[in-house]
Amino acid sequence: MKSEIPYIERPNRPLHIYAICFLGFLYIPVLFLPLFSFSDSIYIKFPIEGWTLEWYKQMFANPLLSHSLMNSLKVGSVTAVFSTILGVLGAKAVTRYRMPGKTPVVFIIMLPLVIPGMIIGVAILILLNRVGVPLSLLTVTTGHSLICVPFAIATLIPRFEGFDKSMEEASADLGENAWWTFWRVTMPMVFPGVLASLLLCFTVSFDEFILAFFLAGTEATLPIYMYGQLRFPDRLPSVLALGACILVISFVVIFFSQWMARTEKNLRS
Amino acid sequence: MDGKNREKSSLLITRIPMTKNTNFISIQNISKHFGDVIAVDQVNIDIREGEFFSLLGPSGCGKTTLLRMIAGFESPTNGEIFIDGNPMSEVPPNLRPTNMVFQNYAIFPHLDVRANIAYGLRKDHLSREESNLRVEEALEMVKLPGFGTRRANELSGGQRQRIALARALIKRPKVLLLDEPLGALDKKLREEMQLELRSLQESVGITFIFVTHDQEEALTLSDRVAVMSRGEVLQNASPKELYSKPVNVEVADFIGKMNFLNAQVDKIDGDRISLNAQGFGSIQATATGDFLEQGKDVIVAIRPEKLVLSTTPVTSGKASVAGKLNTSAYLGDRSHYYVSVNGCDHPFAVATHEIESASDELLERGREVWLSWAEESLILLPVA
Repeated sequence: MKSEIPYIERPNRPLHIYAICFLGFLYIPVLFLPLFSFSDSIYIKFPIEGWTLEWYKQMFANPLLSHSLMNSLKVGSVTAVFSTILGVLGAKAVTRYRMPGKTPVVFIIMLPLVIPGMIIGVAILILLNRVGVPLSLLTVTTGHSLICVPFAIATLIPRFEGFDKSMEEASADLGENAWWTFWRVTMPMVFPGVLASLLLCFTVSFDEFILAFFLAGTEATLPIYMYGQLRFPDRLPSVLALGACILVISFVVIFFSQWMARTEKNLRS
Repeated sequence: MDGKNREKSSLLITRIPMTKNTNFISIQNISKHFGDVIAVDQVNIDIREGEFFSLLGPSGCGKTTLLRMIAGFESPTNGEIFIDGNPMSEVPPNLRPTNMVFQNYAIFPHLDVRANIAYGLRKDHLSREESNLRVEEALEMVKLPGFGTRRANELSGGQRQRIALARALIKRPKVLLLDEPLGALDKKLREEMQLELRSLQESVGITFIFVTHDQEEALTLSDRVAVMSRGEVLQNASPKELYSKPVNVEVADFIGKMNFLNAQVDKIDGDRISLNAQGFGSIQATATGDFLEQGKDVIVAIRPEKLVLSTTPVTSGKASVAGKLNTSAYLGDRSHYYVSVNGCDHPFAVATHEIESASDELLERGREVWLSWAEESLILLPVA
């Protein structure tokens, strides 16, 4: 049979089935979270007998929870901003300047991605103890920044590589110094990357458990609070409700950043 | 100088006012090394105020590096560049009296056309009205009035080129640097832009330094051309002089089409040179030069249009040689015939105009033909 569809676009049945299985494997376990958060039983079991919003009310009424949520938001925001600033500087240095030992430098910057969080956590903890710095949200932020900088750099380098350095030369040629060139040309052009880096670093910090566990001291972040709640069976439903909320917010954030990237692409083409 | 003479000379030099500074831009002993690679090697060039000057050469010859050193994007390894008497080596690009039109135009994609053109005006602290007025003036100058609100991605290649030009010229630089600005345009648009660029340069009176690898473009546009190769300037002269008096084989080969012939100097009598040429036997030429010594090898060069093709032996007393007709290339306004001569490695290109070559059928491949030339059209060059 002759097909009108171009070769490269012809449907591939096994691939479709594989894609469906893949998505199912990825998301079905996660979807149990919101499902059971509406169940009126405190035990996770089928069939679900009744529906309730009780756990959500409990969650919002819990001062400890909102406190740890605020902590996580603070740590996440500061980490995101700080890592992104370092990321912008690093990405600019790596892509714009001829410097000796560039490859090893990039390697070292990327290293925290593959070092287990446990090791980084213990190492920072020992160091802080030795120096005598008390544990606080600030130490968590420092630790999170360490692991977020590689994410920021990895997000930003393609952005910096993606635009011609003659743009910056043109700005200098038209009379602007390095400072103004950065704000009038470089920043606007890498801005989508900066936004993506902010969102990514925030998400990484918001989710992070191990480092926060070692470095938080008495101030719990949200993941630490949730972990602590799991010891009490009756608190499980409100943890599920919280998980569902985080899931929805993550989805919205990712959707928004993808949508941003897309409109940006349309604008350029 | 009497009146008649003055009138004649003023006609000849309308484009280059003699009163202006002859070394407005002075490139002195400039070298640029990238590691072991010598991109520019001890270049000396003086450029007059208001001149349209071209740097011509194949890719990798150092012409763009030289231009970027004038703009301040590269620092010379050795030497100094003076613009209007001031040394430039300590001056960063943003403070130099130069502006550049980039090869890819470097139009800022996040700004509209007006903001692109007004980019360099920030420090002039103009009111919005005045800034808009100047932008509109600049747009009119490049024949794109009313384009101010377009975005960069809505422009064609030719339009981007004009915007880049307007953006650079609005700064009223002492020198405008152009890095192969017409390279990305198709042939027809390129020829149109060449004419516009030339008339624009004449009307604004700014010194242009133009980088190109297209010899035809350089000859069409420029008052003077520096031919570069492997980082060195081979010859710095007017287009006419480059074409008629190339100083070496490389320039002769790069500018237009040229036939070459190996020869040996037989006898020197003042500027009358007797030569023993490969395949041509004994020939005469008129030339002077240090490289001319009895018994030494030289290269004889002759333009295709200086050779005359005949289907019968030449009897007029002009120097001639017999050969066999090879391939031909039809070029519209003229044709190139290739003639093989016994004892020569390469066939000789002969340019004939349409009218002269009306008897096409007679010029079959393989038939015997004769080439003749005027003695003074032979150019003698040193062996490379």
